[in-house]
Amino acid sequence: MKSALRSLIDESVTIIREVAAEFERPAMLFSGGKDSVVMLHLAARAFSPARVPFPMLHIDTGHNFAEVIEFRDRAVRDLDVQLIIGSVQASIDAGRIQDATGPRASRNPLQTVTLLDSIKEHKFDAVFGGARRDEERARAKERVYSHRDAFGQWDPKTQRPELWGIYNGRHKPGEHFRIFPISNWTELDIWRFVADYNIDLPSIYYAHRRQVFRRDNMWMAVSPFLKPEVGESVSEELVRFRTVGDATCTAAIESSATTIEQVIAETSVARITERGATRADDRISEAGMEDRKRTGYF
Amino acid sequence: MERLHFATVGSVDDGKSTLIGRLLYDSKSIFEDQLEHIEAVSKRRGDDYVDLSLLTDGLRAEREQGITIDVAYRYFATPKRSFIIADCPGHIQYTRNMITGASNADLAIVLVDARTGVVEQTRRHSLLVSLLGVPHLVICVNKMDLVDYDSAIFNKIREEFETFASRLDLRDVTFLPISALAGDNVVSRSANMPWFEGSTLLHHLENIYTASDDNRIDTRFPVQYVIRPQRADTPDYRGFAGRVAGGMLRVGDDIMVLPSGLTSTITGIDSPDGPVEQAEPGQAVTILLADDLSITRGDMLCRPNNRPRTSQELEAMLCWMDDAAPLQLDKIYTVKHTTKLARGKVSNVLYRLDISNLHRESDIKELKFNEIGRVTLHTTSPLFFDDYHQNRTTGSFILVDESSGQTVAAGMLLSPRS
Repeated sequence: MKSALRSLIDESVTIIREVAAEFERPAMLFSGGKDSVVMLHLAARAFSPARVPFPMLHIDTGHNFAEVIEFRDRAVRDLDVQLIIGSVQASIDAGRIQDATGPRASRNPLQTVTLLDSIKEHKFDAVFGGARRDEERARAKERVYSHRDAFGQWDPKTQRPELWGIYNGRHKPGEHFRIFPISNWTELDIWRFVADYNIDLPSIYYAHRRQVFRRDNMWMAVSPFLKPEVGESVSEELVRFRTVGDATCTAAIESSATTIEQVIAETSVARITERGATRADDRISEAGMEDRKRTGYF
Repeated sequence: MERLHFATVGSVDDGKSTLIGRLLYDSKSIFEDQLEHIEAVSKRRGDDYVDLSLLTDGLRAEREQGITIDVAYRYFATPKRSFIIADCPGHIQYTRNMITGASNADLAIVLVDARTGVVEQTRRHSLLVSLLGVPHLVICVNKMDLVDYDSAIFNKIREEFETFASRLDLRDVTFLPISALAGDNVVSRSANMPWFEGSTLLHHLENIYTASDDNRIDTRFPVQYVIRPQRADTPDYRGFAGRVAGGMLRVGDDIMVLPSGLTSTITGIDSPDGPVEQAEPGQAVTILLADDLSITRGDMLCRPNNRPRTSQELEAMLCWMDDAAPLQLDKIYTVKHTTKLARGKVSNVLYRLDISNLHRESDIKELKFNEIGRVTLHTTSPLFFDDYHQNRTTGSFILVDESSGQTVAAGMLLSPRS
């Protein structure tokens, strides 16, 4: 009898190979976050013993956790893949976007411009993303092959029906597809894969002591990019990150889980979704993710 | 145990969202922040109760209009099994979405209101489940609390359905009397219906046996991608990657390649976990052969004595899905079938199926949005296929409009009528 994880791996590997076969210039978004790490390992297994036949693409806000960048560089070296970096700072320097300012400034929404510019510059026609449908309600509606028009926009009303395992990647020049090969994985599936295949992740996914302060009921990490405001007091807490994104809008959770098994035990009984617990950007409005996705976000 | 992929079909009035909410809530799969969020939205809108449909209606337009437009996927797990729910809108204008959600499903749940019994919508949904070859169907007779948990009403609905369904191709149908709102027979057994001796819905979903649903006899391996590492340490590696669409592949098996008809022997099977001795339906593997044959994407491996049918003239049930334009006879569309691309045209609509009453309407020249008909399809190159009822992978295809790029139809290949 096949296990549930086994059939998820088969499905994802099939999607990754299908894209490599059908598109001219695919790329895979790789941030060093756990979902993209799992996706990269699936790609490596899909083409073994050959190399992964497309590059990784990191959209770098410049506001990173140092451990994640160090991990990112090690991972692409170990798995022998090419890394392309799209720099939000470079987009700012070139006048493509204005840097976010103010006490709660975040470069998170600015990534969309850099992402779309990178896609255009490298003529990518398919970009793999590690989004999962269990993460967020707009993502629960998105196809595995998700069409983007020449402006990089997603239109949920004209999504193509996706039947059986047949995917339709037909597009006009200048348009592209976002591909979500781990759509059907849950947070727990990701961790079970990490455990079963002994996958290395950035250290900040495991409990560690860190300088944090309380904001909007979340623990935000003190960093060169994020400082407490007046009235927000800093303390050292035992925390870990459930998701890893831009340092200005990703919160930590209180946790003493230092091993994969402890993280799985913690995730199994979690009563709050991972984005609900850790993402300031999703709290903007009822349809925050849908609105960002419509304009070309991940 | 294998994950169970099931589709729920029905409209809000049937209590579908309440049923899903109940399954998620009672299996502790709704998170606090999700519940708080929908409670706040329900309150702001002035609803009397928490609207569980907000859990799945993720798009702005759906929330504004209070309707489900598109298929939503939900995930939950119990200690026994994990589940994917494809929550399909039930109204007639969303037939396209129901077909999308049910195409991959192992099981479909159709809800019937105990007060109204089998209605047109029930017949339509059951027909689509039958056409799509979903192996298991559960008819949930809901709102039993509103008919005093009366066994006579449940039995009458069951008989009504069985009379109608005798004309359909349904392999396994289960009837359950439930109340999604009150929780009867969803997760816990109902004290209100001691006369019902079957299991609860969740128990049924956890225990249903699906491994025999795959076709494990007719070996089919559509070649998806050729792996040729340009690396010094593996100079001679040439593997054919794909997903097993039927039967078993074992090291040492003789195979035949279509369309060339050349034969060889399997010398190795690589899986995502490394070398394996055999592969079964659904597995993504790479096949190594003893001989250096010319094989490309779109070819198919099978056993020399068990080949799929090969033809350029095919019969199919076609569900038209394009709301922009109807099917035009003799217009050329792109045909996607397994890993193969061809071009094709529909030369003839043999009949259109009235999905409310199964009537066959002849003398039809087009199929409009959400209409289903039996057609003759001509392709530019031969397809290697099986009857859809023998194999859902090698028996299915889509049509793509060559100018808009849209997926305009879903097709199920059938044996020609004798």
